[in-house]
Amino acid sequence: MDLFFEFLNTLKNTVVDVLPIISIILGFQLLVIRKPIPHVKQVGFGFIYVLIGLTLFLLGLEKALFPLGKMMAEQLTAPEFIHAGEQVLASIHWSDYMWVYVFAAAIGFSTTIAEPSLIAVAIKAEEVSGGAINANSLRISVAIGVAVGIAVGSYRIVVGHPIHYYIIAGYIIVVIQTFFCPKLIVPLAYDSGGVTTSTVTVPLVAALGLGLASTIPGRSPLIDGFGLIAFASLFPIIAVMAYAQITEAKTKRVEKKLEIRNKNKLTKRNLKHKQQDFLTESKEDR
Amino acid sequence: MNQQFFVFLKALLGSCKDLLPIILVIAFFQFAVLQQPMPNVGDILVGLALVVLGLTFFIYGLEMGLFPIGESMAQAFAKKGSVSWLLTFAFCLGFGTTVAEPSLIAVAKEAAIVAASGGIISDTLESQLSYANGLRFTVAFAVGFAIVIGVLRILRGWPIQYLILGGYIIVVLMTLIAPSWIIGIAYDSGGVTTSTITVPLVTALGVGLASAIKGRNPMIDGFGLIAFASLTPIIFVMIYGMVIG
Repeated sequence: MDLFFEFLNTLKNTVVDVLPIISIILGFQLLVIRKPIPHVKQVGFGFIYVLIGLTLFLLGLEKALFPLGKMMAEQLTAPEFIHAGEQVLASIHWSDYMWVYVFAAAIGFSTTIAEPSLIAVAIKAEEVSGGAINANSLRISVAIGVAVGIAVGSYRIVVGHPIHYYIIAGYIIVVIQTFFCPKLIVPLAYDSGGVTTSTVTVPLVAALGLGLASTIPGRSPLIDGFGLIAFASLFPIIAVMAYAQITEAKTKRVEKKLEIRNKNKLTKRNLKHKQQDFLTESKEDR
Repeated sequence: MNQQFFVFLKALLGSCKDLLPIILVIAFFQFAVLQQPMPNVGDILVGLALVVLGLTFFIYGLEMGLFPIGESMAQAFAKKGSVSWLLTFAFCLGFGTTVAEPSLIAVAKEAAIVAASGGIISDTLESQLSYANGLRFTVAFAVGFAIVIGVLRILRGWPIQYLILGGYIIVVLMTLIAPSWIIGIAYDSGGVTTSTITVPLVTALGVGLASAIKGRNPMIDGFGLIAFASLTPIIFVMIYGMVIG
């Protein structure tokens, strides 16, 4: 019974969140476009499903994952665990926190795989690219990006470097990659930075940052606790572009082999066709 | 009916697979690293079942409701041919979905406490509230602005990398002159703006527009709206910090 009331309460909050979106859509549809919504019944049910789904999802997170994840973040960063009974030293060494980095990377990866908005973008990307971009590969690349990002971000909190050096270095890498990676992936890669950090990742990552910043001497939870999210939205851009670059390089190598083998058989037209389909090609190859 | 059930079952299985990594990570750290028993196993199992069900319903509804409405509206606007209405819609969508975003409200409140303890604003509840609200409206305005720029880009076919590059340069330059207490909050505000319902809607809008306009490639021109929405808040929040400070 308690669960049911919690469900209603969460549902109410979700509906309140969605209300502005629905009113904007309805307002513009009725007043500006002035046409009935196509398939109105189906769309309506779709919205109801989304609302119910999001509510159950949030409720489940609150019940199971958040308390456990937060507790683990606290325990892993607690001085008793780090120093395991030894005398707490005045100065800390970054390698004492090895398990924290591993946890940061693992939790970053696994929460990103379950992130609903990333699933949405990945589905759309696969659909639009006609299957050239595989939804699961895209999600795994983004998740690797988040994992590396949060691990590096935790390292930064431990050593206490200023955040903007890291972010600016990341920007420089993004800019260089942009010039060398396939043009098709660039907008999607930029987008993947923003979609990673929503419902699942943010609360857990925030707990980790806060735990780290409040237990390490000399760090302020108010200043150093923030900033992990910024890392989590920068590194996926790099990871997705790297994914496209690796796929492209692999395809080129395969093509070279093919070229040598069928030197005379392969017409020029075929080759051009192959190059266009390089993403599909490498997928089959794998 | 039978077929629909089958589709649902497949989605359910997919959601289980999506959740598997989290379960493995938590189990590994709890048993192998921290070496502690799992607390309230019953609660956790119920919670996991809810998450799997929720994810399934969400994805099911996404393809039924959110994607179609986003694309049909984009096409209707493209057919209508009124750029000013389209841009108004874009701004409203960005502003309206962000101003009420719970994670933004939470971050703004925390940022106000940081500012008050740092002596940037006076330590009263009233000034904290006005600071938090100012921050919220700044971010919401920035997101509205971002979607407008993004939609304009799709209409005109501007290459995305120069716009983003320009944005990065502005961010770097602003970081040098902005007060240091605003920088962490500004960088984070870029990440918290895009909610779970906004992302699919905005993506469908961009892809729908790019496919409705002749000469645009939905892959190259359709994506990128969210990229702007996570960049402009950084710039606007730093401006806000400079104005206040």
